Amino acid sequence: MHALHDVFAPYGPQAGEVRALWLLTLVVCLIVFAAVLAALAIALWRAPRSGSDARSAPDLSGLRRPEPGTRRSVVAAVVASTLLLLVLIVASVFTDRALARLSTEGALRLEVTAHQWWWEVRYVEPQVADNFITANEIHVPTGRPVIVTLKADDVIHSFWVPSLAGKKDLIPGRTSTFHFRADHDGVYRGQCAEFCGFQHALMAFFVVADPPERYADWAAAQRHSASDALDEQQLRGRSVFLRSSCAMCHAIDGTSAQAVRGPNLTHVASRGTLAAGALANTPEDLKRWIADPQKIKPGTNMPASALSSEDMDALVGFLQALR
Amino acid sequence: MSRVQPLAGRAALVLLSLMALGACEREMRRFDTPPDNRSRPEAPRTSALQPAEARSDPVRMPAANGEGYDENAFSVAQGKRLYRWYNCNGCHAQGGGGMGPALTDDQWRYGSEPAQIFATIVQGRPNGMPSFGGHLSEDQVWQLTAYVRSMSGQLRKDVAPGRADSLQGREPEVGRDREPARPGSK
Amino acid sequence: MNAPDHAPRSRLKDGPGGGSREAAALDDTWRDPPGLLGWLAAVNHKSIARRFIVTTFAFFVAGGILALIMRLQLARPNAHIVGPDLYNQLFTMHGSTMMFLFAVPVMQAVAVYLVPLMLGTRSVAFPRLNAFAYWIFLFGGLMLYAAFAFNAGPDAGWFSYVPLAGPDYSPGKRVDFWAQMITFTELSALLEAIVIITTVFKLRAPGMTLNRIPLFVWAMMVTAFMVLFAMPSVMLASTMLIMDRLVGTHFYNPAEGGDVVLWQHLFWFFGHPEVYLIFLPGLGFLSAIIPTFAKRPIYGYTALVLALIATAFLAFGLWVHHMFAANLPELGKSFFTAASMLIAIPSAVQIFCWIATLGSGRLDFRTPLLFVLGFFFILVLGGMTGIMLASVPLDLQVHDTYFVVAHLHYVLIGGAVFPLFGAFYYWFPKFTGRLMSERLGRWNFWLFFIGFNAAFFPMHLLGFQGMPRRVYTYQAGLGWDGMNLIATIGAFVIALSVLLFIVNALRSLRRGVEAGDNPWGAGTLEWATASPPPPCNFYAIPVVHGREPLWVQPRVKSDGPEEGGQPAFTHVSGLAADARELLATTVLDARPDLRLNFPDPTIWPLVSAIAVTVLFIGSIFTPWAVVWGSIPIAIALTAWFWPRRPETLLHLSLERRP
Repeated sequence: MHALHDVFAPYGPQAGEVRALWLLTLVVCLIVFAAVLAALAIALWRAPRSGSDARSAPDLSGLRRPEPGTRRSVVAAVVASTLLLLVLIVASVFTDRALARLSTEGALRLEVTAHQWWWEVRYVEPQVADNFITANEIHVPTGRPVIVTLKADDVIHSFWVPSLAGKKDLIPGRTSTFHFRADHDGVYRGQCAEFCGFQHALMAFFVVADPPERYADWAAAQRHSASDALDEQQLRGRSVFLRSSCAMCHAIDGTSAQAVRGPNLTHVASRGTLAAGALANTPEDLKRWIADPQKIKPGTNMPASALSSEDMDALVGFLQALR
Repeated sequence: MSRVQPLAGRAALVLLSLMALGACEREMRRFDTPPDNRSRPEAPRTSALQPAEARSDPVRMPAANGEGYDENAFSVAQGKRLYRWYNCNGCHAQGGGGMGPALTDDQWRYGSEPAQIFATIVQGRPNGMPSFGGHLSEDQVWQLTAYVRSMSGQLRKDVAPGRADSLQGREPEVGRDREPARPGSK
Repeated sequence: MNAPDHAPRSRLKDGPGGGSREAAALDDTWRDPPGLLGWLAAVNHKSIARRFIVTTFAFFVAGGILALIMRLQLARPNAHIVGPDLYNQLFTMHGSTMMFLFAVPVMQAVAVYLVPLMLGTRSVAFPRLNAFAYWIFLFGGLMLYAAFAFNAGPDAGWFSYVPLAGPDYSPGKRVDFWAQMITFTELSALLEAIVIITTVFKLRAPGMTLNRIPLFVWAMMVTAFMVLFAMPSVMLASTMLIMDRLVGTHFYNPAEGGDVVLWQHLFWFFGHPEVYLIFLPGLGFLSAIIPTFAKRPIYGYTALVLALIATAFLAFGLWVHHMFAANLPELGKSFFTAASMLIAIPSAVQIFCWIATLGSGRLDFRTPLLFVLGFFFILVLGGMTGIMLASVPLDLQVHDTYFVVAHLHYVLIGGAVFPLFGAFYYWFPKFTGRLMSERLGRWNFWLFFIGFNAAFFPMHLLGFQGMPRRVYTYQAGLGWDGMNLIATIGAFVIALSVLLFIVNALRSLRRGVEAGDNPWGAGTLEWATASPPPPCNFYAIPVVHGREPLWVQPRVKSDGPEEGGQPAFTHVSGLAADARELLATTVLDARPDLRLNFPDPTIWPLVSAIAVTVLFIGSIFTPWAVVWGSIPIAIALTAWFWPRRPETLLHLSLERRP
């Protein structure tokens, strides 16, 4: 799934504020760096060479007389650096303040729980019956702030969508909150940014910003349980799902599979990727993943499945029907 | 003093080899799932309870006695995670038992050898132990078996898991010794 | 071994120079005993320092090789050179090696060699403790690598965050080996700090007031004080971690009242000063090399000393900037932003003073100065990215990405490793008596400089493109491929330059140009004796009249120091030549105070270190090791301190009552 993931391509106000601060800091730092190198270059250029003669006597005049010119230059340089640093401190604090003051009126509420190595996303609606759960893919309406409550199930993870906002850690035993807003339609890629074990490298997620109507349609579809209108092959696939190790960890609303140890699969076919962004959501990749997840994400907690090829085809057909 | 040097060299070699053997097996993280025991004979399920949807096929007996799992810290830790995930706590608490028997003591109604515990898990047992055969991979059952044995202090101390990051009911498995048989109990 | 007949008689006293009977006696007194056992029992600071430097350099090469394997894996997307388990061990071992087994110990090792020479004395303050600290360090490093060789190398990062490193998510003994390595290396560092501080305070040559101490010695002393305050924090944290894992305590278990963030606070309270422990000695190297190659005393001595002290104090107030993404109050984080930016000011003071020195001197562009110039480019760039990271909103975007990897390597390699290489080229003639090849030195420098920038500059861009740290692979199509490939090529160029350095060092050992006492025309006391120095360092203890004693030859008239008078008093004499006797001076003004008797070489520091090692490694496996392991330690320490009759009688015979 093609997605944006660039700190310098901000598509929301949080990332935008950071980019503005970054430009100011870059300019100041470039000036200082250039000035220091220039001062060094001038010093090296102007100073005479002494050659490699160890016997040439050192210049001890500085010990006897003060060096006012040198002192003036050094003091001026230190004062200038301090003033520039103060400018940067003030700019940073102001940016912090601006970020804290961004409005969260009318916000969409999400609860993200990070697991080793996938993201559980729960939409918290005003009516409890309207809540729904998904995994690894977050849809939001463009232009509306989103408040995310962050929890971790096992170890420390970090929620980071570079094009939208800075990151925040999900820490076991603590609940934290952060908010962002996507101002343009698009797909934004995020990745776990705190080392969390074997598959930290392949723990991505996607934020899909849709116009509000499209978002509402998507949310309505997510609230439905899995449909019972299945053909014979898909029914066989559902039976395979429930009788094999799948139902031990995964839930599909509308069936007797209600375990919460793995991602909720009720609408798995509607997602752009599988396995936290590691695979495209195609039948071939799904088959490869189910047959042996360790080949794609070594160390993952999902076991391999020893299914016959007919059972596997049926299962994949069933899963692909879960839109 | 020169007599010390060759002795010291040999002693160091022995010590290092011991460390090597112990460490290599203990620290392996195996990501290849071993194949299932298709060649073994079938056995009936001895419990009507099964998770999610019941399977009608018989289960298969273990192909070995759990070699490689009891000495591997990663497998035992995975077993501990599965014990929590699959809600063994629901009947066995954290080993203290409740609706199900305690797993930390010396009483093993159906045997404490790895192959016997494997059979208990896949076949199920009368009066409430579900039959998990076919619902879990063989690798997972061996991991659970190794963890269950650690709960009663049957594993080496350097392999047994430490405390979990949760509420604790009793001392961690790494600190447990085998309980002696109590007279008069079954 | 060297204890002569103790009957009081007229003794040989030091004073006459090399070639005399007294000088031969001094050499005999201070040299290491012969044979393998003598080598193991040596307590001469130069012997210990030499093996310490070689050991830390070996760890540097090992850590570098680990990094090369990592870079091979990351050169292409979805590579299969190493899997996630081995990769996690690789980056953990690389970070732990470089931070705990190379960067801080090498600085302490160089200090142990140079500080007594720069101060004009014959030994460090606690020679046996110094030896013990080396052995503890060696055994800790060997333990870690032995564990790694047997697949038990730690894999939770050099910072080992809980709960990932806790008992639930890191099964086995891997993290325990890491935590115990901390105990070894931090014990060694603490003991070395005590040695350095006491040496600097009490063993200076007469006339070397605090105001005249070489800046490198100031840097090492300030560093040693920082060690005293920083190391206990990580020792505590790692001990608590071992206890959580071994006996089931709940320090880091939120469900039972512990706190995961507690680890981060304790670790980074050590971890931030740690990088200044690495950086400050580098600054000391610069303050030693620049005056020599600009042929003038350093400009702004007092400002430089105060800058070192200010940096040390401020360094303890920055640690939360490693935790900006954790769930902490915003206002509190802003304080750490301000502190993290303000610590740039003392460093800026130092940089401007050095530039002023270079600009008003006469320059000698040999290899040590080249590495100094490399510092200016690389460290200042790293400092700029540090300023960026100090700001909370900026940090929240680039924290835990390759931007930080770039920053930390720019400041650590630029701020410490480049000065360290400059220091090697500068002091190699003093250590070995031969100069290193200038031609190879230039190749070494340029390859290192170019390779370093090729390896690490692209990482800034990778961070902005969203690449997190500590990932064993990345997917194709994210735009990260090209920069990773360049970084890998740069890493191999660095490896080539380090290889050149080793070749240069080994060749120069055998065939380098003879150096003489003072090949660079420098001003500090270590250049006032032979290269390599005799076992006793100086045949007569010098008296110091200025900051660069070799450049200042004051003359006195009857009423005070002045031009055109008699040459001033330059040596004191009267210390025993056939016993290990040293002159202690007062702390502030270095007036002669006491004659101290120093211990002879002894095997007990090594034996004690072995006993401590057995306890430490045993306690990874069982808490009872703490109990049983104390017994051999008690025996070894008792033997260490047990007074020996011949030595005691000798020392009594040297006493003079007023």
